[in-house]
Amino acid sequence: MATATFRIWRGEKGRGGFQDYTTEIASGMVVLDAVHQIQAEQAGDLSVRWNCKAGKCGSCSAEINGMPKLMCMTRLNALPLDKPVTVEPMKAFPHIKDLVTDVAWNYLVKKRIPKFKPRPPDAPDGTWRIAQQDVDRVQEFRKCIECYLCQDVCHVLREHHMQDQFIGPRFLVYAAALEMHPLDVGDRLADLRKQFGIGLCNITKCCTKVCPENITITDNAIIPLKERVVGRFFDPLSKLFRIFGHGEN
Amino acid sequence: MAEYVQHEHDVLIIGAGGAGLRAAVEASAAGVRVAVISKSLLGKAHTVMAEGGIAAAMGNVDDRDDWRVHFSDTMRGGQYLNNWRMAELHAKEAPACVRELEAWGALFDRTKDGRILQRNFGGHRYPRLAHVGDRTGLEMIRTLQDHGIHLGLDVFMEHTIIMLLKDDDRVVGAFGYDRERGRFHVFRAKAVVLATGGIGRAYKITSNSWEYTGDGHSLAYHAGAALMDMEFVQFHPTGMIWPPSVRGILVTEGVRGEGGVLRNRNGERFMFKDIPPLYAGQTANSEEEGWRYTQGDKDARRPPELLTRDHVARCIRQEVREGRGSPHGGVFLDIAWIKAKVPDAQERIKKKLPSMYHQFKQLADIDITQEPMEVGPTTHYVMGGVRVDADSQMSDIPGLFAAGECAAGLHGANRLGGNSLSDLLVFGKRAGEYAAKFAKETSLGRLNTKNLESAERSALRLFENDGSENPYTVQHTLQDVMQELVGIVRQEQEMRQALERIQELRAASERVSVDGNREYNSGWHTALDLRNLLTVSEIVTLSALERKESRGAHFRDDFPVKDGQSSTFNIVVRKGVNGEMQFIREPIPPVRADLRQIIEEMK
Repeated sequence: MATATFRIWRGEKGRGGFQDYTTEIASGMVVLDAVHQIQAEQAGDLSVRWNCKAGKCGSCSAEINGMPKLMCMTRLNALPLDKPVTVEPMKAFPHIKDLVTDVAWNYLVKKRIPKFKPRPPDAPDGTWRIAQQDVDRVQEFRKCIECYLCQDVCHVLREHHMQDQFIGPRFLVYAAALEMHPLDVGDRLADLRKQFGIGLCNITKCCTKVCPENITITDNAIIPLKERVVGRFFDPLSKLFRIFGHGEN
Repeated sequence: MAEYVQHEHDVLIIGAGGAGLRAAVEASAAGVRVAVISKSLLGKAHTVMAEGGIAAAMGNVDDRDDWRVHFSDTMRGGQYLNNWRMAELHAKEAPACVRELEAWGALFDRTKDGRILQRNFGGHRYPRLAHVGDRTGLEMIRTLQDHGIHLGLDVFMEHTIIMLLKDDDRVVGAFGYDRERGRFHVFRAKAVVLATGGIGRAYKITSNSWEYTGDGHSLAYHAGAALMDMEFVQFHPTGMIWPPSVRGILVTEGVRGEGGVLRNRNGERFMFKDIPPLYAGQTANSEEEGWRYTQGDKDARRPPELLTRDHVARCIRQEVREGRGSPHGGVFLDIAWIKAKVPDAQERIKKKLPSMYHQFKQLADIDITQEPMEVGPTTHYVMGGVRVDADSQMSDIPGLFAAGECAAGLHGANRLGGNSLSDLLVFGKRAGEYAAKFAKETSLGRLNTKNLESAERSALRLFENDGSENPYTVQHTLQDVMQELVGIVRQEQEMRQALERIQELRAASERVSVDGNREYNSGWHTALDLRNLLTVSEIVTLSALERKESRGAHFRDDFPVKDGQSSTFNIVVRKGVNGEMQFIREPIPPVRADLRQIIEEMK
């Protein structure tokens, strides 16, 4: 039977190194299968997160041959197996152990984003009427499985460590999903501009490239939000309106 | 006791899928302090995998639907072993629960007039499933999660509970560990809600993730609560079968709801060959009529592909055994054929079944808009669980509640697709409400330090074992045993064999040793989960031996027919005083007259 070698990062709290494991491979296998096989046969205490194994839960994010990917959706036949396949934890988050990182920051960020606020119901029975096309418009954002691969590659977070000033692509998508939700009447533009740091994104589109759900993060979520922010805060007319009209910040 | 991290809450919820989160939202709304224990990260529970939709008789697509029809469909699907009061509450309350999700931000697909769209599903008489494409579960869990995080819940991610704590008869908290550092935690609470999901990891071919090791079932059983209906394990008829590494991953029933058909290797629609008498009057008698049904023709009856899951799974198994299966040992599920019927088939399939398209394209190199899928049964769900009071979801232990998959009653002998997500909402809400009420009327109980210490010792002992058994190997062997000997079709001799093997594996599980330290140690966690898996596997097998008939998801080769007598009881198990499993046949209370009349009218 054919074998392949996996060069897996082992260690705790950022300290450690690569270790090679050679294991049998079979048709259709994905990287997560190989990691599980290595865990069962050679490295019982190897730490890895996973759940659905079908690209739906976003737990098994890692960097495979340097590319941020879901291990469960990366097939071995898409990788060169004549040399070791490297598997490393995501780099933008504090390391816990082996392939597992501390993604708690993401949960804290989400909590800071003002929540969904619906308009009053359209019908006396308390329900709303929504056109399918309005649902379709935000479906793309709502597909997000929160794998945080976009956060992992965003250079504002990964290289510049500006976690305290910038919420990252995942949460710009989340904010876009709320702002463009057909029922939502909340207003997150001032927050986006100031504490969420939307201006820090300089549209390199790295996030869009790694999204396993193929969400067009930059073009469909971030740029329209940037336009709304600019329209509100930098358009001379609306600026005047703001000064002399309603005092929204 | 200084070495344990201590927490105090009014209501402790174990599990953070749909039921757990819905319970947390409700309890929190009642003004009590709530903790949620999540075995994985928040938002990753199995609910996320639910595809088809939430069953609720809103009547948006067919106004002939109402709670009475949903109630009788659920009872018929469960072969009348259901707790009829739960089936009644579920059918009545599901629509409001769906609307509530919408008010919290969930976006469902719409009808032409802008209301929530509903789709056809197996065993449901009318289009009833509120859905968004084929990722309804994600929409639901994300909505609950995003709503819940603003309510001040204390969420403990990547924590696992290994024991419930009791003070005399009542439950007063739970004991567990965090995955990251392997520290032990004491969670004191006035009420505890189990919402731990299922037992799918007891089987080799399963749609369930690593988490589903029967934790809630096992915790409740060891604490002295009764479990019920544990012989009923649902094998979903359509899991992926090829390539081997994807075996078991779910293919939504929504494929059939949208017009997909099952064929054997000869191209035959084999589901037409065997239609159970209970459904004869509701099933199409031609392919043409079946197609019209899936396209919304109100005069047509449903195609046999949309019969209940137990039946479809057995028919598939039979085709395969009799040599008419697909090349890799399943059958063909074809949605591409609708090209012959509608002009925009390709777009339509991608629109209604986007994640199925994605899943097959990426994992199996199959374009489902062009060619059929190969599918076969996969372990999906357990109908059995903690026996609870229908209204409050409290078990027979004061202060211990259960909701969702780990509770029994609603689904009887077989669950209808779509009735799970609605179950999570309706009974998650009820469990949260009654747990909060219970907590308000009581105070924190006393802790028994000795029990904590012995649970800790028992968990840590695995580090000292000599290395003769590997936890992963024992788990895989158990999965093989359950798959082979207590699977879709069962018989006494094989199940007796399974029991012997389970005893051997139990002994092996005590010799299991783990490498490394306590920090995020997957081997250690697997070894601890194994104890629960062994408990539930034994209970499933003994319950299955006890039911000497075939009904719903439980099929006995040696007792292949339904036995009228057996429709009158549920099989209930409790832990005896000497630690032995005590099984009783508990009579089902007579169905209330008005509900009985509904069942009769809908026949």
